[in-house]
Amino acid sequence: MRRLPCLCLLLCLLPGLAAAAPVRIGSKQFTESVILGELARVGAQQAGVAAVHRRELGGTSILWTALLHGDIDVYPEYTGTLTHELLKGVAPDADIATLRARLRPLGIGITDALGFDNTYALGMRGDRAAALGIRDISDLRAHPGLRFGFSNEFMHRQDGWPGLRGRYGLPQAQVRGLDHALSYRAVASGAVDVTDLYGTDAEIPYYHLRTLADDLHYFPRYQAVYLYRLALERSAPAMLRVLDDLAGRIDEGTMRRMNAEVKLHGMKDGAVAAALLGVPADADGAGFWPRLAQRTVEHVKLVAVSLSLALLLAIPLGILAARLRWLGQVVLGLAGVLQTVPSLAMFVFMIPLFGIGTWPAIAALFLYSLLPIVRNTHAGLAGIAPELRESAAALGLPPAVRLRAVELPLALRPILAGVKIAAVINVGTATLAALIGAGGYGQPILTGIRLDDIRLILEGAVPAAVLALLVQAAFELVERLLTPRGPRLQARQ
Amino acid sequence: MATRVSDVSGPEAHPAIAFALERAGKRFGTVQALHDVSLEFAAGTTTALIGSSGSGKSTALRLLLGLEWPDQGCVRVDGRPLERARVLALRRRVGYVIQDGGLFPHLTVSGNLALLPRHLRWDRERIRERAHELTTLTHLPPSVLARYPAELSGGQRQRVALMRALMPDPDALLLDEPLGALDPVVRHELQDELKAIFRRLGKTVVVVTHDLAEAAWLAPRLVLLRDGAVLQDGGLADFRERPADAFVTRFVEAGRRLPERAR
Repeated sequence: MRRLPCLCLLLCLLPGLAAAAPVRIGSKQFTESVILGELARVGAQQAGVAAVHRRELGGTSILWTALLHGDIDVYPEYTGTLTHELLKGVAPDADIATLRARLRPLGIGITDALGFDNTYALGMRGDRAAALGIRDISDLRAHPGLRFGFSNEFMHRQDGWPGLRGRYGLPQAQVRGLDHALSYRAVASGAVDVTDLYGTDAEIPYYHLRTLADDLHYFPRYQAVYLYRLALERSAPAMLRVLDDLAGRIDEGTMRRMNAEVKLHGMKDGAVAAALLGVPADADGAGFWPRLAQRTVEHVKLVAVSLSLALLLAIPLGILAARLRWLGQVVLGLAGVLQTVPSLAMFVFMIPLFGIGTWPAIAALFLYSLLPIVRNTHAGLAGIAPELRESAAALGLPPAVRLRAVELPLALRPILAGVKIAAVINVGTATLAALIGAGGYGQPILTGIRLDDIRLILEGAVPAAVLALLVQAAFELVERLLTPRGPRLQARQ
Repeated sequence: MATRVSDVSGPEAHPAIAFALERAGKRFGTVQALHDVSLEFAAGTTTALIGSSGSGKSTALRLLLGLEWPDQGCVRVDGRPLERARVLALRRRVGYVIQDGGLFPHLTVSGNLALLPRHLRWDRERIRERAHELTTLTHLPPSVLARYPAELSGGQRQRVALMRALMPDPDALLLDEPLGALDPVVRHELQDELKAIFRRLGKTVVVVTHDLAEAAWLAPRLVLLRDGAVLQDGGLADFRERPADAFVTRFVEAGRRLPERAR
């Protein structure tokens, strides 16, 4: 059951081409990771290895889980993340050989260092740091009034803010979580004074930020590497040669330049990767309309499949809930609890069960759709006037016929309203599905946030809003067509 | 029974149903709705159950159809105790009409009438014929068949409810305040029609009403209930000349003044 969708896919692909499955490269939801993912893809292409890049798959936990479960084969990672987050009981300064030995039992391989170290650092505006005389992180102790704005991941990581505060004894009380892509603008505009940086961030020179020295050597080293599934040694040895060739070729300056080209100069990540490898860049993707069409198909599929599955379960559940009072309480309670799970968390919970991509997204959206439909089915049936229910019984109709011919038609409007709510919410929530590789309108929104590109954000947000309105209108039309004149007359009285 | 097509008035063709309550008791929470009630409704007779609201008259009626089940005692149908397994079959032989008709608002009059016959697999033509026949009996124009309940007057709705109850040519009619929601003029008119229909059909009829004059007009036998027990059972003359107690007298007095006011 766990991997049913993947299994089905595999069975479909099996005839004759089991060995030809492309290598799947993942990347995290920030520019550097996406560029490294593109480097692996372009390198593979150059070497004649079939590979796909599933870009911007959310954070570390999503990528790591996906790699362990075989949903992706390769992704770029940092040694500090391995020592501090992913592997238990490893020395903070473990070298790559040690990590390699620890990863092997998990079926995971690691390349040599790519050549740059992207450690965390703290930064503040150069003029402000100069005015306050701050050079090292230790100097921050003397200024408890400074406002800190950290990326959400940094706020909660072992090797992030909690440990840093302990090591340096930092007294600041005003500490907020931000999206990393937004934190530079927050610092530049003066909304916060200090933020966390990555050593290779392109924005450091651009915004004239000062990197504060880690004088107590708190931050671990974050050497970039590729992690891969050891199964590639047999299925795609050429891919491993590509990754090994990239090791040692990218120093900090190179990485910072590539980051700047993508983030600040609007170049395509694929083109930047191709330039480094000295190959011509791919033709510049699909045009706007084909791109929109593809995302629309992905998005509508997410919503339609999850909603259809939810209908199949939620309407019978709603009927049962209306029949059996105790069951009704249980079902409505459970569906309510599901609804309180934050949507991003729900998507992440689905990964161990369904991998990454379309199916876990559909599963999460399915769960979200249950409550409005169950609740409205239950309310619609419970709201039928007792004398009508009894009239149907008194005619001598068996319960199944009463349900089909009398009760469900009488409850149709509330049931449809529930389905409509579920559909419209799904259209919105499905934009988050891009974080686990399901595509759709969320993809340009993610990229747009990452690149600070309003045009890209709108390219996803506007169609999503239009789709929500269309879904709403479609359901109103369906309601009009399905509701006979009688109840409408009655509703007017 | 499925072979009887258009028989509106055939008391001889098939037997009416005999109902009986035997020491029946029914409690809703803390309220004892019926207390040790024994009543017989012989086949082909018309009986009116009367009493104020809360007297248990509706509960007694609903027991006969298996819409409620007695806590004590039993319900007999044609001499046999009513069992849950036989309830659907019984209900199809019994027409049931309630105060505001209980018509399904999502169906036209035709749709309401056809609900049970369609389930019994009558063909379309037979359903149509029967519906037209009943419009004549209930003095409705055939054009109402295409209407929705919300487009009908209160009197028309009650007539349609009666039609729906008569569709399968039932062997008994149970009516719970069938005219309760109507204005006095329409009510008066329908009282006459109901009486004519009861006489013509020759079914077993039990009608619940709180109105003594209406009860006496519709039924030769009156059963007065009070607080879930039978207070008096007999003809109007018994009620007038040999009232069981002062309450019966007061009930009769109130009933006697009512029709005079209405007329």
